[in-house]
Amino acid sequence: MTPESLLLIGDLSMAYDHTFGPAVDRITSLGWGLAIVSLLVVAVISVLLLIGIFRKRASHSQGLAVRHDSGGVRWIYVGTGISTVVLIGCMLWTMVVTAAVSRPPQKPALTIQVTASQFWWSVRYEGATTARTFITANEIHIPVGQPVRIELSSADVIHSFWIPQLAGKMDVIPGQTNVTWLQADKPGRYRGQCAAFCGAQHAHMALLVVADSASDFGTWQQGQLNDIAEGDTPGQKVFETHCAVCHTIRGVSPEGIRGPDLSHLETRSTIAAGLLLNTPSNLAAWITNPQLYKPGTRMPAQILSGVELAAVTSYLNSLH
Amino acid sequence: MATEDSPSTEKLRRIWEGKPGLAGWLSTVDHKEIGKRYVVTAFLFLIIGGLEALLIRAQLARPNQTLLTPEQYSQLFTMHGVTMIFLYALPVLSGFSNYLWPLLLGSRDMAFPRLNALSYWVFLFAGLFLYCSFPMGKGPDGGWFNYVPYASRAYNPGSNIDVYALGMVLLGISTTVGSINFIVTLARTRAPGMSINRVPVLVWGTVTASAGNLLAVPAVSLAFLMLFMDRQAGTHFFDSVAGGQPLLWQHLFWMFGHPWVYAIVLPAMGIVSDALPVFCRRPLVGYTAVALSTVSTMVLGFGVWVHHMFASGLPALSLSFFSAASFVIVIPSAVAVFAWIATIWTGRPVFTAAFLFFAGFVLLFVIGGVSGFMTAAVPLDWQLTRTYFVIAHLHYVLIGINVFPVLGGICYWFPKVTGRLMNEAFAKVSFWVMFIGFNTAFFPMHILGILGMPRRIYTYSDHLGWSTANLVISIGAFVFAIGLLLFLINVFRSFNHGAHASANPWGAASLEWSIPSPPPVYNFAVIPIVASRYPLWEDLMDEGPERSSVGTGMLLDQGRETVGSTVLDAEPDVILRMPGDSYLPFLLSVSLTAVFVSLLLHSTWGLGVTALATFAAGVWWLWPQRALGQIQEQK
Repeated sequence: MTPESLLLIGDLSMAYDHTFGPAVDRITSLGWGLAIVSLLVVAVISVLLLIGIFRKRASHSQGLAVRHDSGGVRWIYVGTGISTVVLIGCMLWTMVVTAAVSRPPQKPALTIQVTASQFWWSVRYEGATTARTFITANEIHIPVGQPVRIELSSADVIHSFWIPQLAGKMDVIPGQTNVTWLQADKPGRYRGQCAAFCGAQHAHMALLVVADSASDFGTWQQGQLNDIAEGDTPGQKVFETHCAVCHTIRGVSPEGIRGPDLSHLETRSTIAAGLLLNTPSNLAAWITNPQLYKPGTRMPAQILSGVELAAVTSYLNSLH
Repeated sequence: MATEDSPSTEKLRRIWEGKPGLAGWLSTVDHKEIGKRYVVTAFLFLIIGGLEALLIRAQLARPNQTLLTPEQYSQLFTMHGVTMIFLYALPVLSGFSNYLWPLLLGSRDMAFPRLNALSYWVFLFAGLFLYCSFPMGKGPDGGWFNYVPYASRAYNPGSNIDVYALGMVLLGISTTVGSINFIVTLARTRAPGMSINRVPVLVWGTVTASAGNLLAVPAVSLAFLMLFMDRQAGTHFFDSVAGGQPLLWQHLFWMFGHPWVYAIVLPAMGIVSDALPVFCRRPLVGYTAVALSTVSTMVLGFGVWVHHMFASGLPALSLSFFSAASFVIVIPSAVAVFAWIATIWTGRPVFTAAFLFFAGFVLLFVIGGVSGFMTAAVPLDWQLTRTYFVIAHLHYVLIGINVFPVLGGICYWFPKVTGRLMNEAFAKVSFWVMFIGFNTAFFPMHILGILGMPRRIYTYSDHLGWSTANLVISIGAFVFAIGLLLFLINVFRSFNHGAHASANPWGAASLEWSIPSPPPVYNFAVIPIVASRYPLWEDLMDEGPERSSVGTGMLLDQGRETVGSTVLDAEPDVILRMPGDSYLPFLLSVSLTAVFVSLLLHSTWGLGVTALATFAAGVWWLWPQRALGQIQEQK
């Protein structure tokens, strides 16, 4: 039960030197461009400074190096002149890129409503009817190659939605709905993380975007729309007694809204907002002592007998 | 002609000297005493803030560490920011300026000596106030930017944020009165002939910062007052559920915050502009351009606050405006950089420790400048903001442009202040340790930011590829701290054992070097008359026959007096009667602080008593005194 085991679900890098969608690719080019300009500036200034310090002086006479309070001003004219031209060029490039990435190139295929809370993400796929609408948490599936509109709202404090390899940051601010968009040009998993300090567990408020092929996405979407069959298992009973106040399971227990929707939990690769790999042992450990892994999480520890814990874990593991 | 031991200087000494012992310590209004206190207090806060940083770096050195709890981490990074930005960076510069201004300008004190003492005492008490809850584990924990609604009572009950809110309002009073004092001092108490185009660049930097503060501080004082009312009086300024607006906080905070960033670097840039040329053995290249670039940086600095809010969902058009402003503000900085390089290039560098600090500063300034230029690009900032890239940027800016010039400034003015020379070799060693440690600590943060590590996270997993960079950064941080420690050891050793310094050990040009080291309590035995920008270099240059007079001039020994002069040309037009030492600044500060303590403790009774005491102290202070009536000079 080490966090390293998260590597089992693939490369989860957040590096944005290389990106995978039109909402960020031109930003990445701009970033490289400005970085090269910056490094050149630092190199030129360093060289000027070093030569200026160490170049040979004509003679070491007494007194000052000059007899007049003048000279050298041409340095300022030339240096500032060149700087200004470079700055204006970079400014224009920035404006072009800003305009280009502000909106998706075509109408988004899909709108996803993401609600941020301390310290997890609720993800709602709005359908034509309530029956076609579903909610999941901390993992966003999208169809590859299509722009997706993301509507952001907050249940409590300010958070920031950030999937470095797909989209720059957009703050999630209570009282307003901020809108951003993203598109993945390559199937795969893309890690994101809350990027605005939001409290004790800001460090563990990750989310995953999973870009699926169109058919995989359709299958996944259909699976999420299915109700969980109501049964009479001991695990479900434990869930209803201990968990249902905060957590919803579609078709079984629809009231809980304080914590993540757990319908189809087994289709997710992680629990606790990207902190732990979704394995039976991690799940059991998390349920009994969430404060150990995520001190400050809103999830209280559950006092369960060994039998109850095994039952509820296996029940949750059955939610495909 | 008044010499050092003449009867007239003896008389001046009697007039200006304070009481001995504790009484004198509490009542002094001598700008030199206050300046030294500012610097020492600011350095104590720098050490505290530095220790907090080292704890943070120890926690982050390896992935998944549990040295600190998340709550401790939140308090530490909050107090680190608050301490460095508010309790070190500006106060240390206020200290330099308080000590130096009258010496640079050729006068005997600041325009309002008692106000000067008040600004120090209030700063000290506000600093202690901000720290009062930290030892109890209840320190401010919402970040120095303190965004609502996380800082609201609903999400942050307890005294943490109240301490921060009240402490900042209190500190704002200190900043405000200090700024007023600098502005009036510049306008009114320069020596005859010290026209506005002859004042040292440090004076330009400080007066620009002061004017900026006067316009910026009200925004943050208002914001914190509104926050306190939201938390304790049931208002809803920032509460979106009740129609308030969380973004209002961000606008108010950054309308203050960004100009403040310039306020804590412009005077330090002034230190370099004045002291670097001394070690290049020539006047600063482009004095006028540098002075104007200082002012224009501050003016533009009021138009860039939204670049802290590029990701807050504002319309792209307004973001582009602020982005453009953020690019444009680079231009005045370029003016200063090329002026310094030209000064080095066309001068003849003397490789003192101070020179190393200033030359190192130029490089760090440029690195911090170009990373700032990258974050000015709106869409790129959507990636860079709130990652370690920004931490790299702000530390290059704040340590590079504030700490390095301040340490260089200490090397430079140490002999003037203490009468002793610092150990040069030791100071150079500490420079190199700090320079290497600094770059080891902060340069990799650029890369870590691009690897996607967000700010303000108390730990991270190993699989994100951040571990190596974090270890290097932590090692660099400790090396940097060792360098600073070496520097401070040198200061202490030299203070007690350094070689005695002459009046002008560096062969510098400005007025403070015309008087003995350390300066006598009355500063100048006679008020100098200034004829050029570089009074002590006139004989070394071919700039005309006019000579400044530093040995002859007005004696002004009928009580505490200095010359009042006109705003632009510094024509003497009045003899200013200066107030003597007084307990009032201390008393007023104590009672004012007690008002804030009462507010914190919700003590209505205490609030009544302390408010009354503050009012009484104010009335006592302002009560007209015949001895302070000003006399127009007879023409």
